[in-house]
Formats: sequence, structure tokens, C-alpha cells
Amino acid sequence: MAGVQVANVSRSFGAHKALDDVSIDFADGGFYALLGPSGSGKTTLLRQIAGFDFPDSGRIAIGGESVERVPVEKRRIGMVFQNYALFPNMSVADNVAFGLSVRGEPKATIAMEVQRALDLVQLGKLGARKPHQLSGGQRQRVALARAIVTKPRVLLLDEPLGALDKALRVDMQIELKRIQREIGITTIFVTHDQEEALTMSDRIGILRDGRLVQEGPPEEIYDRPQSEFAATFLGDANIFRGDATGSGIKLPDGTTIAASTGASVPAGAKASCAVRPERIQISTGAAKPDPANANTLKGQVSKRIFAGNNSTYFVDRDGQTLKVIVQNTGAERLAEGEPVVLSWSPDSTVLIAAA
Amino acid sequence: MADQLAIGSRRGLRPALPLLLPAYLWLTVAIFLPLSAMAFFSFMTDLPLAGKEWTFTLGNYAAFFSQSLYSTLLFASLRLGLEVTLWCVVIGYPAAYVLAKVLKGRSREAIFLLVILPFWSNGLVRIFSWAMVLREGGILDTALNAVLPFKINIDLMYSYPAVIIGLVHSYVPYMVLTCYLTLQAIDDSLIEAGRSLGASRRQVLWRVIIPLSMPGLIAGAALIFVPVVGSFMEPRILGGRTGTFYGTVIEDQFVAVFNWPLGAALSFILLAVVLIILALAAPVLRRAG
Repeated sequence: MAGVQVANVSRSFGAHKALDDVSIDFADGGFYALLGPSGSGKTTLLRQIAGFDFPDSGRIAIGGESVERVPVEKRRIGMVFQNYALFPNMSVADNVAFGLSVRGEPKATIAMEVQRALDLVQLGKLGARKPHQLSGGQRQRVALARAIVTKPRVLLLDEPLGALDKALRVDMQIELKRIQREIGITTIFVTHDQEEALTMSDRIGILRDGRLVQEGPPEEIYDRPQSEFAATFLGDANIFRGDATGSGIKLPDGTTIAASTGASVPAGAKASCAVRPERIQISTGAAKPDPANANTLKGQVSKRIFAGNNSTYFVDRDGQTLKVIVQNTGAERLAEGEPVVLSWSPDSTVLIAAA
Repeated sequence: MADQLAIGSRRGLRPALPLLLPAYLWLTVAIFLPLSAMAFFSFMTDLPLAGKEWTFTLGNYAAFFSQSLYSTLLFASLRLGLEVTLWCVVIGYPAAYVLAKVLKGRSREAIFLLVILPFWSNGLVRIFSWAMVLREGGILDTALNAVLPFKINIDLMYSYPAVIIGLVHSYVPYMVLTCYLTLQAIDDSLIEAGRSLGASRRQVLWRVIIPLSMPGLIAGAALIFVPVVGSFMEPRILGGRTGTFYGTVIEDQFVAVFNWPLGAALSFILLAVVLIILALAAPVLRRAG
């Protein structure tokens, strides 16, 4: 088991900069998500750590040992592929045994370790099956057992749950987390699914266009995004753009929005504010907003989407559409076209310096 | 449920008939009828041409067993088939691997064209061009002597190696094509998965790639072995006196000696032997695949 350090890694394919000076520290035993849209470089970064591709510059270390020129087979990593990549000509047990067998371990040891790994992923009885006789979720577990049976220093997962349907994916998220805790292995997990990243990982790294945008625990990134991209990619956010006032921003129409979290931006500079839809209180003109909600805006409901436990209101305000999520408490619902007052606290408002 | 299935399959066959008919009609006319005629000839004492007398006989088949020459030549031909197939694997498989897994885009197309090229040239032209390369004072001899500081004599013409070279050249595209198709179907992530588990490139090749491309190797081997065992053109032209094989003897019966019944009988014995070999090999190969 070991931590992974990536320092100033760059990698270009022709004119395309797939990774641009990325530095990120994965602590020993942590569960990390690399999150980003397609083409953001997250898979390229994972492949650099795995050793399928070498960086143009920069350093990669596993357990303190430089590996940026070490081929994949010597890095002692475990990898789970998006399509599972099980060997179709081998049984489940032979798939899991592969890593131990190429190492030349004695047969008895292999059999014991394979059984233990299959038990860990709860497939103890399916060793004799061929991969094509398994369901998607079972293949996923076999791929995981195969990756961890060799006791790798780090476990790399490339969108491993992408091919599963939603219910199975939630099961596998819990299962994966359980197994990761049980063996305490450093795990780096590539995903484009923000919910998956939020629920599973200890820390998240958000990538965009080959650069690391922000890195930190999920709560921190969600509550204090440092860029409009981080705010809107991880969760949903209403973005206001204007000029910094020192304690918030002033919108072009003169409305001020107070913000007490986020970056400090010198007065007069361009800045924006991000507010999460569930932090905004929505009421008809008659009701009094919470006195702590210093920020208020007037608008008109343009659309309501009912989603069972909550409703999303789209509120038009001066050419901008704001999103507000309201828990369904049985209170009166607002009709489309109704004039409303939106209010929220400066504590829920994150100030972001313009890029 | 079963009724539905039956209806479904009947529905499936009827519209298919007009599509199947031309192929089966062609097979009947072009293969089944001539082959039946040949089978009939093989039991005759002489050709029924120009009013010659003939009767039914098993003598043509008996000739194979009474004269050791035929079985000796059959063994030589089987060995030739085996050797040519092996060389085609040795040369064709790596080429197919590079085509399927290393080259991309235009360079793949260009190399592919080079592989297919022998298919597009006339067989006789191909063989005679080899004759020009291999004979003493030919292209290979001249070129080597121009480069090497000492004098060597290269005269491969009319030898067993010349036959092998000519046959391998003619048949290696089959191996490249069949192996290319199976290799291309192997997902690159399987190779990466193998290496991520600590296997060297060589281990991945032996444990993952070769087993998964076995169907292509087997198909290629079958496509090459069967015609090479019966080949006569390459042995005759490139082998000269050393190029007497089972296939050339059969050819002699048809074009030189005009003993069609014996030629037909020898052909059917060859067909039987090849079928027996393929049948014996099938379970072994299936397990390997």
C-alpha cells in the first residue's frame, strides 16, 4: 500500500495538451475521484499513473519511488477497466489467478488467494464460470477481484460503473467502498458522474482541458468552489457576474449581492457569485423572508419540475433564469407565472474571482 | 411458445429460399456434378472415349496400395503441406499482429495492400517471377554477389526450398487475413489488463493473444494445408526433378498419361486422407481455441 504523488506532469498528443502541468497528491489509503467532462484528461492522468503511457515531463511516484519511466507490469498496480476487460477464454477463477500465475506463485497459494478474493467480492461459488455467463455486476466484481488479488500498491478504476444500470451502480458503489475500506488500498477512480464522485470519495480532483481545476474533500469543493466551472460541474449553481465590491458583487443593473465565503477579490475587479439552488428561499411577495437572508431578488416563476421529494423552480429575473430547489414539505406550491421573491444568506454565497 | 417458434422459423426459411437457391444451384452444377462424374470415373478401367471398352473395377484404388510410390509421395506432400503451413504461420502471424495492433490509418492500408497483392497477380506469373529470382545468375544470385565481397553461388531453382518459397508466397496472405481478423477483434484493453497484472509482453502474447487468435490460426492453417497437399504447379515449375509430389502425379494422369480413372482415384484418396486429418485434429484444435 502506498500513496501516489503526481508532480508537474504534462503530456501532449500532437498539438493537443492532454495534461498540462498537473500536480496532485494521493495520500496512502485514500479514495480519490478524478472528475471531469470527456476530454478533460482524467483518463490520461490515470493511464500515466498506471504506466500505459509516459509523461513528457513531470514526476510520478508510487510509495515514494519514482515510476514515471517504469513500464506498467513493474508498477504493481491493480486496474479495473471500463469494459471490465476479462479474458474471455479463461474461467472466472483463471482470470483472477492470472496475476499470481504470471508471477510464478505456487499452485496451492494461487488457489487459496483466488478463493479469498472471490469470497471478498461475494462470488465464491462462480469460479468455474466463463465471463460471458455472468451479469454485468458480476463481471465488475470479477474484474475487481482480479485487480486486488495481487496485493497492488494502488487500485486504479477507469469509470468502472459506467456500464451498469442505476440500481446496480448504487449497489456497486457501496460494495466498492466496503472492499476499499476492508483492504485499505489507495484508490483512484475516474468518473464523469458527479454524484458518484461526491458519494464515494474522500477527495475529488476536478479536471478540465488537461488542467487540475480544484482538489479537495467533496464538502469543501461543493461549499467553496474556486471557479464557475467547479461550481457548475460538481452540483448545480446559480452564477451571478458583476464587479467586486469588497463584500460581494454589484450586478450590471445595480443590485448588490453580499458574499461572505470564497475568494477575496479586490473591489472593482470582475467577479462572480455562486449560489446553490437548495440554499435559496422562494416565497410569494406576501411572506416575510428569513431575516438572515440579506440577498433578495424579485422574479417570476417560469417553470416548475416536480421530482417527488423536491421541486425545482425556474425563476426568470432580468433575462437570467435561476434555479431553486424546494423540499416537498406539503406546503402550497407556486404556480407558473407567479411573481416571487428569492432570498438567501451571504454565508451561502461564494465569491469567485473572474478567470 | 413452441408453436410460435415453429411458425417463426418457417416464416424465416421461405423468404430466404430465393436467396439460397442460386448458391445451391451453382454448387450442384459446378461442384457436385463434376465430382460425381469423377467418382464414377475412378471406378472405371478406361475412359469411355472413342468407343473404348470399359468395365467397373476397384483396380485404381488398389494401385495406390500396391505401389509404395503413391503413399511415399502422399507422405511427401503431407510434409510439404505441414512445412508450408508452418512457414505461413511464422511469417503471416507477426505481420497480422502488426497490421491489427500496431499500425493505424494510412500505413495500415498501404501494408495491407502489399499483403493482398499476390492474390491479384496471376499464379503462373508469380511462379515464373520466382524462377527468375531463384536461378543461378538470377536476381537473387546477382544481387548477393554485388553486395558480398566474396563469390557465392545461389542456385535455389529446381530444389525443395524453391517449392517451399513459391508455395509460402502464394498462400501466406490467407494466414495474414484470417489472423488479422481474429487479432483485430481482441480488445486492446485485454492486453492492457494483462500487463497491469504484471505480465510481460511475452506472457501476454502467449497467455492472452495467441489463445484468443487460435480460431484465425486454425482457419488459416486449414485454408493453406489442404490446397498445398494437392498442389502441382509450384512443385512442377520451381521443383523441377525434385518437384515430384502427389499433386504432380495426379496432374500427370490427367494431362500426360490420360489415365483419368487412376487420377480420379488418387484424388479421392487424397480427399479422404485430408478429411481424416482434419477430423482427427478438430477436437485438439477446438480445445486449444
